[in-house]
Amino acid sequence: MSAVMTVGPAVSSVVSAFNVDSLTHNFWALTIDGLTYGSIYALVAVGYTLVYGVLRLINFAHSEIFMLGMFGQYATLMLLGFTPRGDVYTEGTLLTIVYLGIAMLGGMAVSGGAAVGLERVAYRPLRKRGAPSLVFLITAIGASFILQEFVHFVLPKLTNQKLGGVNAQQPIRLVEPTVQFTFLGADVTNVEIVIVVAAILLAVATERFITLTKFGRGIRAVAQDPVTATLMGVSRERVIMLTFLIGGLLAGAAALLYTLRVPSGIIYSGGFILGIKAFSAAVLGGIGNLRGALLGGLLLGVMELYGQALFGTEWRDVVAFVLLILVLMFRPTGILGESLGRARA
Amino acid sequence: MSIEKTQPTLHLGVGDKLRLWWDALARPAQWGIGVPFIVLIALLPVLRPPVITTVGTDFGSVLAQFGMYALLAIGLNVVVGQTGLLDLGYVGFYAIGAYTVGLLTSPDSPWNLTDDWLSRDWAWLFAVPIAIGITAISGLILGTPTLRLRGDYLAIVTLGFGEIVRLLADNLSDITGGGRGLSQIAYPVVGESADKPNGVFSAGNTSAPLNSGTWWFWLSIVLIIIVLLIVGNLERSRVGRAWVAIREDEDAAEIMGVPTFKFKLWAFLIGASIGGLSGALYAGQVQFVVPTTFNVINSMLFLCAVVLGGQGNKLGVILGAFIIVYLPNFFLGRTELFGIPINGDDIANYKYLFFGLALVVLMIFRPQGLFPARQKLLTYGRGIYVATRQAALAAANAVTPAAVAPATSGTTTSDADAPLTKDAPLKKKADDTEGDA
Repeated sequence: MSAVMTVGPAVSSVVSAFNVDSLTHNFWALTIDGLTYGSIYALVAVGYTLVYGVLRLINFAHSEIFMLGMFGQYATLMLLGFTPRGDVYTEGTLLTIVYLGIAMLGGMAVSGGAAVGLERVAYRPLRKRGAPSLVFLITAIGASFILQEFVHFVLPKLTNQKLGGVNAQQPIRLVEPTVQFTFLGADVTNVEIVIVVAAILLAVATERFITLTKFGRGIRAVAQDPVTATLMGVSRERVIMLTFLIGGLLAGAAALLYTLRVPSGIIYSGGFILGIKAFSAAVLGGIGNLRGALLGGLLLGVMELYGQALFGTEWRDVVAFVLLILVLMFRPTGILGESLGRARA
Repeated sequence: MSIEKTQPTLHLGVGDKLRLWWDALARPAQWGIGVPFIVLIALLPVLRPPVITTVGTDFGSVLAQFGMYALLAIGLNVVVGQTGLLDLGYVGFYAIGAYTVGLLTSPDSPWNLTDDWLSRDWAWLFAVPIAIGITAISGLILGTPTLRLRGDYLAIVTLGFGEIVRLLADNLSDITGGGRGLSQIAYPVVGESADKPNGVFSAGNTSAPLNSGTWWFWLSIVLIIIVLLIVGNLERSRVGRAWVAIREDEDAAEIMGVPTFKFKLWAFLIGASIGGLSGALYAGQVQFVVPTTFNVINSMLFLCAVVLGGQGNKLGVILGAFIIVYLPNFFLGRTELFGIPINGDDIANYKYLFFGLALVVLMIFRPQGLFPARQKLLTYGRGIYVATRQAALAAANAVTPAAVAPATSGTTTSDADAPLTKDAPLKKKADDTEGDA
């Protein structure tokens, strides 16, 4: 009997975890923070969605590309002469923006390079053989292991224990989050402004690039019909490389923005969960669809934080995963529909 | 631009001739050779041969862990290898099995039965079938909505499931003890004696070589044999043929009248319950479960065992599990090997790096795994299959003896009994028709 009796407290604690007050009181604060995270998810999601659009492949190792970007920007900051320390550097607004820009470029270079390298070394040989999609996915898992363990064990040996290893990097903080103004009772910090603005600029730039340039037209053509695109003189291999490069660059940029929000998140295993969430975002918006990825990222970020307010911080990841499963079950094509070629991207 | 070889060459895996010889033996002869071989393996932790015996961790415990991983690999092989459904959340079933035993028998749990009416001596045995049942139900719960998805989507959803199970174990701390986990889980109390007051299966039995690890290894060997017999019979039945049909071409199978959803669900359910059994063994052996044991990365490790060993080949995946468990432990704590000084701890630490490399290299050069499955002429029986293979081997020997010699070359993709191989997708010409720069 005691087994049945003791179910009571457990269940009641689950029910009491439904904290509606917390959601309604902090609604706007949660929304703003959610948009901050969401814009980071959106940038990473673009990498998933572009590769899927062109290759019908879930690049499972994209989360590790993001993780390498975090280390890339960190290494760049170290090269610029910053060292990890407890307090925040005060370099003046203009100089800080310049430094952050350089760090972002460093992260983008590392991520972009890694993404293209991954495509060359791991995926291209499989494509030549016309391997089934499960083989691609398993390769991606293997590549994911390699990149994580490289940072975990090899990188500290190469850099004299300055980078990588078991523990997260000591944060280098250039910006102190300070409240700039309040919006409907919610504080908006400079970090949040920087993240959202930078993400929007990058997203618009990518969208314009895909819509207007010759390269972008090539990407859309291959996504729509690889064979015909090839006949029209588009090099499929070059398009594939370009998609991996764009995905990698955006992941590197997102890596810097993420470390602004979560300075202590630079760790070898730090990409995994974020990668799954970004993938969920891509699916939510409609995988293969660029605008879908951006919309899905923002939505996921916001909903995750609403869920966190309702159920408690420890349920935040569960909210994201349950959302992914629900979307896949009821609308696998996502909100805006699947195809990169068909969408007016 | 790649042009595949088109002339028919015999596909030779590792030890192909050995396998052909084995297949040609009569059933009683197979048992006659198999049983002493199994006994020899079972005696490994007692004999503790030099070099092979692990240094850093107890050999018995390593083999016990191998036994559990072998069960997991067999279960995952039903889902991934036989039916072709990529399940990245298999660790979730392992966790559910372990936590069911933990919740029913640990004093930390609110649902502990052992302080009430259940004797602690028998609690583990009582909990195992419940654990298998509950994992089977969880397989049904996960499978019913998600098995309508295909390929990559299914992989991601199962990954999410695996992570949700771990997060639930971590977050529902009123029930599962959260990060502290559940301790003092029951185990079978058998063979008490003066120096082993809690029986041979207790973690307190550390008197090597007959320590608890060795006993758990023996128990897992028995369970592996039982599970292999069940799964083997399923494979040779209508169910198994349906699984292979679904793996090779789901649409074609559906059109030919195979109720694909039903059989996929069966595969999920059977795979899940084997995973649950392994989890129950794990909980009994270490008498302690914590959420971190069930990280999603372990799912990848199980998958690695299946892919390394050869998807669809039951014995191959057991060897894969052995590689996954044994190799890191072989190097752990070792400072020299055959007189050469090595830093074994470092090598053991790099295990995920090496397994990752192995996965990538294997997928490029040998996607069917080290010990690939042979599709047998299921409808005609074993005799016909052996005869065809032997004829094909003889023909290959007569035409090009050189083609047979490098038995390890994994790049030949066509097979003498081509219509029945599972390597067929590899031959499919890539649709990149343009010349790449």
